[in-house]
Amino acid sequence: MDFLYDVLIKPFVEMGGDPAFFFQVLWEGFVAGILYALIALGFVLIFKASGIFNFAQGIMVVFAALGLVGFYEVLGSAGIESGTVKAVISLVLTLTMMYALAFGVERLVLRPLVGQEDIILFMSTIGITFMLIGGGQWIFGGEPKSMITEDLGLPTGDTVVDAFGGIIIFQHLDVAATIIAGLLIAGLALFFSKTKTGRALRAVADDHQAAVSVGIGLNQIWVVVWFAAGIVALVTGVMWGAKSDVSFALQIVALKALPVLVLGGFTSIPGAIVGGLIIGIGEKVFELYWGGLMGGGVESWFAFIIALIFLLFRPQGIFGDKIIERV
Amino acid sequence: MAPGMDGQSMEATETDGYVTADGRQIGGVMMDIRNIVLRFGGVTAIQDVTFDIRKGEVRAIIGPNGAGKSSMLNVINGFYHPQEGEIWFKGKLRPSMKPYEVAEQGIARTFQNIALFKGMSTLDNIMTGRQLKMKKNFFWQMLRYGPAIQEEVEHRQKVEEIIDFLEIQAIRKTPVGSLPYGMQKRVELARALAMEPELLLLDEPMAGMNVEEKEDMSRFIIDVNEQYGTTICLIEHDMGVVMDLADRVVVLDYGKQLADGLPGDVQKDQAVIDAYLGV
Repeated sequence: MDFLYDVLIKPFVEMGGDPAFFFQVLWEGFVAGILYALIALGFVLIFKASGIFNFAQGIMVVFAALGLVGFYEVLGSAGIESGTVKAVISLVLTLTMMYALAFGVERLVLRPLVGQEDIILFMSTIGITFMLIGGGQWIFGGEPKSMITEDLGLPTGDTVVDAFGGIIIFQHLDVAATIIAGLLIAGLALFFSKTKTGRALRAVADDHQAAVSVGIGLNQIWVVVWFAAGIVALVTGVMWGAKSDVSFALQIVALKALPVLVLGGFTSIPGAIVGGLIIGIGEKVFELYWGGLMGGGVESWFAFIIALIFLLFRPQGIFGDKIIERV
Repeated sequence: MAPGMDGQSMEATETDGYVTADGRQIGGVMMDIRNIVLRFGGVTAIQDVTFDIRKGEVRAIIGPNGAGKSSMLNVINGFYHPQEGEIWFKGKLRPSMKPYEVAEQGIARTFQNIALFKGMSTLDNIMTGRQLKMKKNFFWQMLRYGPAIQEEVEHRQKVEEIIDFLEIQAIRKTPVGSLPYGMQKRVELARALAMEPELLLLDEPMAGMNVEEKEDMSRFIIDVNEQYGTTICLIEHDMGVVMDLADRVVVLDYGKQLADGLPGDVQKDQAVIDAYLGV
């Protein structure tokens, strides 16, 4: 009986007993969820437009963040004083680098593999991952670096709000991350649903032959989509980097995108957001109120259990494309 | 009536059209295909094939299985690049082109095994046909800026016209993957028409259809040709259908050209009869 009480009743009593703390947990979970959603978004973009599961998305996040900090350091040693100037120039250089990456991937990997099985393209993205890990360490070094948060104009303070009979702390960085992520996601959603390029991207994902027969050039489309994923990677890298350090360990976080994708559906932008939030909030709440029963540390596997349950009952995810099969 | 072979200048053939049995005036040469040879390794899929397509006509390519008909269409469309031979389009020698560049020239096509965007609605599928004609950049489209909206509306109108024309109003919003086969064929035709092509290539538009669906499709092909003046080049197995639809027929067998001419003449050709009866 004690056990049932601990599982079914006690957590809710605790939530009700300190609502301010409960709200704080929800907010932390929300922010983590937004960042998961951003990583998942990178995967969704490429999957939607080419049907490839891009294993390299996680390392692209690290690569972009390392690039940004790396360029900043180089500019510093080149004698530029102003932090803002350095930040802006390195931002432009990083975007150029991500474009070059998109271009290179299209030219060297995707173009020669046109029309191959999805699994072969997937394998090639694993190859890209190792290239980027090696290349990244060679160019930028392997040691962790700190993100140039202030020079990028991101706020660092916090606001304490009295509410629910207690206090809730809002980190300004978290608020900024939420707003930026919101704008990025809204922009991408509009891009996919309302523009001819977006329509072309969806068309390419469905059928290469048909797409070229109506005049859609595959090559440009792939560069566009990999560059878009690169931009998302950069934003994600800046946000995660500002919360922890910029290091290769970040790509482990990218693994969390997998359950998010299973939950939300591989082809859905809203799915990535909702999935991210469910995982983010779910794991924080579960950790703090139920984690103690299992000796803590549930945060690391909670997401995968949820994903497993989804795979059993709704394999296409909440918003995934309906699986159409004519027999 | 034979097209300008060696030496004969394009200008000479541009002018001489002909009048069909049902009284339609056919114009000059739109596409001139000369001595095409296509090999895959040791296999020769097309061997020295020469014919022309004239403005406004319905041209058919027929032949038994494996005759090289689809290969021929893929050469015109830019999926395959022949090892030898020339393609002249509207009086100009065409360099080796990618399929999307061919599409930009105003050549649309459908596929033997239906190539639609299965996850997208009928409407979205047809809208992709307008891709090349939409000029506003994505930035304005995203912001729903006036002129970009207006452009979208104009193209949508054109698409609705085609939807009415092919009588597919009821399936406008349906994902095409869930449509019956005959309907999918019709959506594919609609997408090609949305490109407002000068030359429309149809790869077995009636394959796998029942009699009723075949009659519908034949009617649409005739209507497209008459109302929009679109030049059509089609591949077909069904001899009966070809004889009714086509103005001129070229017959291939094992990649070689057996005959080229009016349906009635081709039908009487001994080589063609042998090929079809397997002699």
